[in-house]
Amino acid sequence: MSMMEEKVPGHTGRSEGGNWPWMHIIGFVISILLTLIALRLVLAHAMGPAGLFVTIMVLAVLQILVQLFFFMHILEGGGPRWHLWMLTLGFIFVFTIIAGSIWIMTFGAESY
Amino acid sequence: MPDDTLNVSHFLVTGDPLIYGADVSIVVVSIAIVAVLTYYRKWGWLWREWLTTVDHKKIGIMYMIAALLMLFRGGVDALLMRTQLAFPNMRFLKAEHYNQIFTTHGTIMILFMAMPFIFAMMNIAIPLMIGARDVAFPYLNAISFWMFFFGAMLFNLSFVIGGSPDAGWTSYPPLAESEFNLGPGENYYLLALQISGIGSIATGINFFVTILKMRAPGMTLMRMPLFCWAVLATSVLIIFAFPVLTVALALLLIDRIAGAHFFTMLGGGNPMMYINMFWIWGHPEVYIVVLPAFGIFSEVVATFSGKRIFGYASMVASLMAIAVISYFTWLHHFFTMGAGPGVNSFFALSTMIIAIPTGVKIFNWLATMYNGRVRVTVPMKWALGFIPNFAVGGATGVMLSVAPADYQYHNSYFLIAHFHQTLIGGVVFGMLAGMYYWWPKMFGFLLEERYANWGFWWFNIGFYVCFIPQYLLGFMGMTRRIYTYPTGMGWSTLNLISTIGAFMMGLGFLFIAAGIVYSIFYGERDTTGDPWNGRTLEWSLPSPAPHYNFARIPVVTSRDAWWTMKEERKQGVLPPGRDELRPIHMPKNSGRPFILSLSFFVAGFGLVFHWYILTVIGFAAVAACLLLRSFDYDTDSYIPVDEIKKTEASYGRS
Ligand code: HEM
Ligand SMILES: [Cu+2]
Repeated sequence: MSMMEEKVPGHTGRSEGGNWPWMHIIGFVISILLTLIALRLVLAHAMGPAGLFVTIMVLAVLQILVQLFFFMHILEGGGPRWHLWMLTLGFIFVFTIIAGSIWIMTFGAESY
Repeated sequence: MPDDTLNVSHFLVTGDPLIYGADVSIVVVSIAIVAVLTYYRKWGWLWREWLTTVDHKKIGIMYMIAALLMLFRGGVDALLMRTQLAFPNMRFLKAEHYNQIFTTHGTIMILFMAMPFIFAMMNIAIPLMIGARDVAFPYLNAISFWMFFFGAMLFNLSFVIGGSPDAGWTSYPPLAESEFNLGPGENYYLLALQISGIGSIATGINFFVTILKMRAPGMTLMRMPLFCWAVLATSVLIIFAFPVLTVALALLLIDRIAGAHFFTMLGGGNPMMYINMFWIWGHPEVYIVVLPAFGIFSEVVATFSGKRIFGYASMVASLMAIAVISYFTWLHHFFTMGAGPGVNSFFALSTMIIAIPTGVKIFNWLATMYNGRVRVTVPMKWALGFIPNFAVGGATGVMLSVAPADYQYHNSYFLIAHFHQTLIGGVVFGMLAGMYYWWPKMFGFLLEERYANWGFWWFNIGFYVCFIPQYLLGFMGMTRRIYTYPTGMGWSTLNLISTIGAFMMGLGFLFIAAGIVYSIFYGERDTTGDPWNGRTLEWSLPSPAPHYNFARIPVVTSRDAWWTMKEERKQGVLPPGRDELRPIHMPKNSGRPFILSLSFFVAGFGLVFHWYILTVIGFAAVAACLLLRSFDYDTDSYIPVDEIKKTEASYGRS
């Protein structure tokens, strides 16, 4: 494991100045767009409940990808891959929350 | 939508002597503080040394003071409630007032007492334990503290301005919706939690990164003190749990302020979704606050048994197991909502499983003491008091987790007794143990023992006198959140005993507080930096630690690093040749975290009363602070070698 000699609190080392942060801006616009589409579809009752449900789920997954690639720089960085561990755990938790909530909120629709 | 118009009698809460009393004391205390600061010309000192600091040690101390004050306020709430319940048909508090008090009591104890107390201990100890000079993001750390602080201020303000929330600390809709809860109290609840929640998430991220990235050379993960592991687990839980609370509160706020229907009874809303989301956060939250306490007990028990902790690897594994499993149990808080037998069985089982790693930890603490030379100091007393306490709390938890049985226990005084046993016996005992343990490291003197012992015994015995009767009352059918009860239920004696216990705990708290004041003047100075013959790196530093913590970053070769160094020195093994001192790179103080959080407070206050102009002003100031920070390149500086030498020499070190 690479352990740096000197660790400086709060010093992140700024990236070379001058570059316009295009990735961030594009990501920001896309993530806002995805949100607005979801809102619009629901407000306009654009589809039946099942259709809305599936569409919003798809939009949500896209949103996760946008966050990971445009803001969290999932592909960059050296050293131990802590972020992969966290990401796996995060996916497990997200899956649990969503699947669990759906299961719970069916209220005994399961047969006794 | 609620009516926006307000008049003065609405704005300032009137008509209740207790609240007039609070008004008067708030004004008096504020005037006193201003007067003292002005008289001793301490404004500049306050600003430079505290309000703008980014030093983790000072931030930790501020968290701790805030937590103790909130423990006091929450404790007074508790005593008011217990007084009202001491006898049947009491006429001490009115029903609405009682509702407000149990709501603020619960909210304050969990979010504004337990949370800052764990953050206090994390801030004070973690960087010192892992051999770092500060946390990974000191500026963010300051933001976290001030967001917590102003969130707590906003919440407490509700008592005198506008009225307190009264829908319980869980704030379930539909009761918490504007249909049934017009007043600004619920808005206060939602916004205060939202503001302090931002701080909590940032703290979780900060300590996660700190522990993974800032360790001294040689300190592998498996050489970390167990407190670090506990905080790592807590940070993971914070990162994943708090966003769910943020969303739940935001949706409820949108319902209340913008007239949406996420959780209403009409318009397609479903209040049960809020309950679901609240506990997706809520159950991990109870482990967020208790895991650091477990970590503290591990340090305290090892130090005062003079042994390494027994079963280190199994301790780590059980911490991590608890962290992950606690994410799969949330439904046990609403078995009675009727989700069906399949759902209830799943969550009952997952809840029972979590008792296993908890049990492993208890046995490891006992095994550590076994055959050790146990020194029963004050921190050790709290650890010893914790073990039987938590055994009972855990056992009643398993009883509650049996879904069919929970239909009997749910929302009864049995539940109340269970979670107070885990939260007081676990979290409060743990934080007090940590406070006594690390106090010399924070301030350079020890807390006096006599007062501390009186405090411990009154609090500990009072605890059982207060809460064991509540288990019985629960069995006898007394439900929670009732403000009075008739005679002839058979509850009167037990309630009276419980109230007596509560006042015993109050007395215990007063002894603890008096002991602190006494020790400030007469406490034994800690000149060695290692008053307990400690095992971990924080004890290798002088007390209080210098601003930069370590003049030279230590090189770690084993678990319990400081103990090993001491052993080697005793055997005459000379420490390896030391490097020359080098200038130390440190972050600069900044007033912006304070102003940023103050701006959030202003925006939040505006939203509480639907004063949108104030809200806009507040958020504009927030944006300005963020922008200024983005273009601020002057954020750090070097401490020159001369100055380090001088500081070290003043501690008698080189
Ligand atoms: C052995 C471990 C534990 C088990 C099996 C367990 C089980 C449970 C169950 C089943 C309930 C729901 C009861 C009901 O509402 O009817 C509950 C409530 C609660 N528990 Fe635990 N618990 C455990 C440990 C803890 C710990 C460590 C804490 C806190 C530090 C805690 C704090 C709470 C709180 C705050 C509530 C109720 C909150 C409310 O409704 O307002 N529990 N517990
Ligand atoms: Cu729970």
